[in-house]
Amino acid sequence: MSRLKLFIPVVVFVALALMLWRGLYLDPRTLPSVLINKPLPEFSLPTVESGDTLMSKADLPKEPFLLNVWGSYCLPCLQENPILMQAAEDNLVPIIGINYRDKPNLAQMWLADNGSPFEYSVLDESGRLGIDLGVYGAPETFVIDGNGVIRYKHIGAIDYKAWQDEIMPAIAAVKAESLN
Amino acid sequence: MTFASRSIVAGHRRAFSFLLVAILLLVTLTARAAVDTFEFANDEQQHRFRTLSNEFRCPMCQNTNLTGSGGGVAEDLRREIYLMIVDGKTDDEIKEFMFERYGNFIFYRPRLTIQTILLWFGPLVFLLLGGWLVIGIIRRARSRVQPETALDEAEQERLRKLLKKVEN
Repeated sequence: MSRLKLFIPVVVFVALALMLWRGLYLDPRTLPSVLINKPLPEFSLPTVESGDTLMSKADLPKEPFLLNVWGSYCLPCLQENPILMQAAEDNLVPIIGINYRDKPNLAQMWLADNGSPFEYSVLDESGRLGIDLGVYGAPETFVIDGNGVIRYKHIGAIDYKAWQDEIMPAIAAVKAESLN
Repeated sequence: MTFASRSIVAGHRRAFSFLLVAILLLVTLTARAAVDTFEFANDEQQHRFRTLSNEFRCPMCQNTNLTGSGGGVAEDLRREIYLMIVDGKTDDEIKEFMFERYGNFIFYRPRLTIQTILLWFGPLVFLLLGGWLVIGIIRRARSRVQPETALDEAEQERLRKLLKKVEN
């Protein structure tokens, strides 16, 4: 028994080493969102496309859709734009934009230059809607179900891998649910 | 150098240092203005604002608090805290607001929940465990040494006899 006790430090060391080893490969940027399975917040904001008409939560699609937080200053947004454009072309799901902490004219220019995958983009110049969505920087993408409930959140640019492995399955799951 | 000219030099020096101090003051004043542009009704509100901005962690530039962060979202959150304070919200209400949107991550002092229980009491558990180990080790060491030093009845008797012999 006392012989076995001698191994306690080794066991503790191995356990600690394993934990720290795992910690090395965790991405500190992927914060778990507390808003998963919560309804979207209320808002009333103009859009980038049409200056004065106010959009609210009630105007959002009644089917599953993507909510993409973007800005003209945001380089990763440029990077993920082709993937969103392709999804829009394939009519997979409606994509609504949130133009986050940006200027309307810059946003319009960006859309004209790079193409718009969005049905429309809500203009969140002050970042207030972003706060309600727990956003901390563009780009972020939410998968919303037919009832306006947040079901999935992707932080950072969507690359092909993230699209295939995360966003598509999340959309498929939400769509399958709404069919039942 | 005459007395008069020396005093003129001293006067110049005094004017120069006065100017320097004035410039430095101006610089620090503008630097402060860039950080705090909020106006508060009283010192208590301003104090609460500072304390809260120091206690929340910036979600974007991790490992800086809202006060120290130049990130966009930190700027927005500082504004939001300011508006809530002016609006008469309590500290707890403001913390709840942040928690609902950004979760435990926003707090440098995380709340006590099932997930953070190890974080809060882990060190205490390890301290107690360490203390228990140390006490165990000390006790065993003592119990091992004592029987060797203590003399039994027969040995005491011998010692007494030996001492007597020496005395005689």
